[in-house]
Amino acid sequence: MEGDIVQMGAYIGAGLACTGMGGAAVGVGHVVGNFLSGALRNPSAATGQTATMFIGIAFAEALGIFSFLVALLLMFAV
Amino acid sequence: MADKVEGVAETAPGMPQLDFSTFPNQIFWLCVTLVVLYLILSRVALPRIATVLSERHGAIQRDLDKAEEMKRSAVEAENTYNKALADARAKANDIVNEAKVEMQKDLDKAIAKADLEIAAKAAESEKAISAIKDSAVQSVEEVANATANNIVDAILPEAADTKTIKAAVAARLKG
Amino acid sequence: MAKEEAGNGLVFHPMDQFQIKTLFGDGPVHWYSFTNVTLWMGLTLLAIFALLVLGTSRRAMIPNRIQSVGELAYGFIYRMIEDVAGKDGVRYFPHIMTLFMFIVFSNFLGLLPMAFTTTSHIAVTGVLAMGVFLSVTILGFAKHGLGFLSVFWISSAPLPLRPILALIEVISYFVRPLSHSIRLAGNMMAGHAVIKVFAAFAAVLAISPFAIVAITAIYALEVLVAFIQAYVFAILTCVYLKDALHPHH
Repeated sequence: MEGDIVQMGAYIGAGLACTGMGGAAVGVGHVVGNFLSGALRNPSAATGQTATMFIGIAFAEALGIFSFLVALLLMFAV
Repeated sequence: MADKVEGVAETAPGMPQLDFSTFPNQIFWLCVTLVVLYLILSRVALPRIATVLSERHGAIQRDLDKAEEMKRSAVEAENTYNKALADARAKANDIVNEAKVEMQKDLDKAIAKADLEIAAKAAESEKAISAIKDSAVQSVEEVANATANNIVDAILPEAADTKTIKAAVAARLKG
Repeated sequence: MAKEEAGNGLVFHPMDQFQIKTLFGDGPVHWYSFTNVTLWMGLTLLAIFALLVLGTSRRAMIPNRIQSVGELAYGFIYRMIEDVAGKDGVRYFPHIMTLFMFIVFSNFLGLLPMAFTTTSHIAVTGVLAMGVFLSVTILGFAKHGLGFLSVFWISSAPLPLRPILALIEVISYFVRPLSHSIRLAGNMMAGHAVIKVFAAFAAVLAISPFAIVAITAIYALEVLVAFIQAYVFAILTCVYLKDALHPHH
C-alpha cells in the first residue's frame, strides 16, 4: 500500500514535470518567431544568423530537456 | 518501482537507457567506432575531399584567369587596331596635305612664269606699237611736207622756200 | 513504460526497441560482447565509409551525386566551424566532422524500421558530450593557463553584477555536458517512443487510419529532428571550442 502511494506520487510528479516541456516549446517558438520576424525585415542579414538561431534554440530547449529528464527519472529510477 | 515493473512485464525492465550493466559494452564499442571513424576521416576521406575541392577551385581560378588574360589581350588587340587606324588616317591626311602644298607650289611657279612671259610679250608689243606710231608720224610729216611743197609750187612757184614750208608744217602738226 | 492492457488487446512496448541484446548466444552483456550496439555502430561506420571514401574514390573534377553529397557535408561543417569558432578552430575540423558524421548517420540509420538507434542511449551521448567537455576544458587550460577562467568573468558587465554572473556562468558551464548529451538522447528516444506508441494504436481498427497518418507525420518530423540534432550537437561543440580558444568575451 505504501509502495503504491509512492508510485502514485512518482507518476504525478512525472506528469507535472512534463509541463516544463511546454515552457521549452514556448521558448523555442519565441526564438524562431522573433528570428523570422527579424529575417523578414532584413532578409539579407538572415542567412548569416541561422547558426545563432540554432544555438538559441538549443539553449531554450535544454531546460525543457531537464524537465523531461526529471520525468523519466521519476518514472523509472525512483 | 523496479520490482513492480518486473512483475508487470518481464520483457521491459524499465528504461533500457538506465540499465547500467550494458554501459561498459556501449562505451567500449563507441570508443572503437569513434577511433576507427576518426582515423578513416582524418587519414583518408578529409584530405582527399580537400584535395578534390582545392583542385576544382584551382581549375576554376585558372579558367577565370585565362579568361581574364584573353579579355585583356582582346582589349589590347582592339587598342592596337584603333591606333593603327588612327595612324593610317593621320598619314593619309599628311600625304594629302603634302600633295596639296606641292601642287600649290607648282601652280604658283607656273603662274609666275606665265605672268613674266605675258609681261615680256606686252613690253615687246608696246615697243612695236610705238615704233609703228613713230614711223606713222614721220610718214605723215613727209607726206605733209611734200604736199605742202607741191601746193606752194603750184600756186607760187617763185616764192617757194623749202625751209619755211617745213617749219610751217611742223608748227601745224604740233598745234 | 511497459504496460499491458490485456482487456482491449492494446500492447505498448515503446521502450523495447532500445534494449541491448547480444546477437550471438544468450549470455549476459559483457563489455566485449557483440551486441546490436556493435552491429549498428558498424553499419554507421560502413555508411560513412561508403559516402566519404568510396563515394569520392574517383576524385572527379565534376562530382557525381554521392561525391557531391560528401563534399556538401565537408563544406557544411567546415564553414560552420569557421563561422562559429573562428579561423583557428579549423584545426579541430576532423574531430568535429567525426562527431557530426557519427551522430547524423546513427540518427538516420536508427530511423530504418527494426533498426536500433545508438544515439538514443545516454551512455553513448554521455560519452560523446563528456569527451567534448573534457577535451575543450583541457584545451582551454592548455592554451591560456589560468587565463581560461576569464570565460566566467564577464568584463563587459557592470562590476557589482560580475560575481553573480560568474556563479551563473560556472553552473551553466558544468551543466553543459548534461544538456549536451540528454538533448540528443532525449530527442531520439522521445521520437522513436512516440512512433512506437502510435504503432500500437494502429492495431485498433477504428483509429488505425489516424494512427498510420500520425506515424507518417511523426516520421517526417523525426527525419528533420535527426539532422537538426546532429547539427545542434556539432554547432554547440563549436561554441564550446570557441570559448576554449577565445575565452575573453
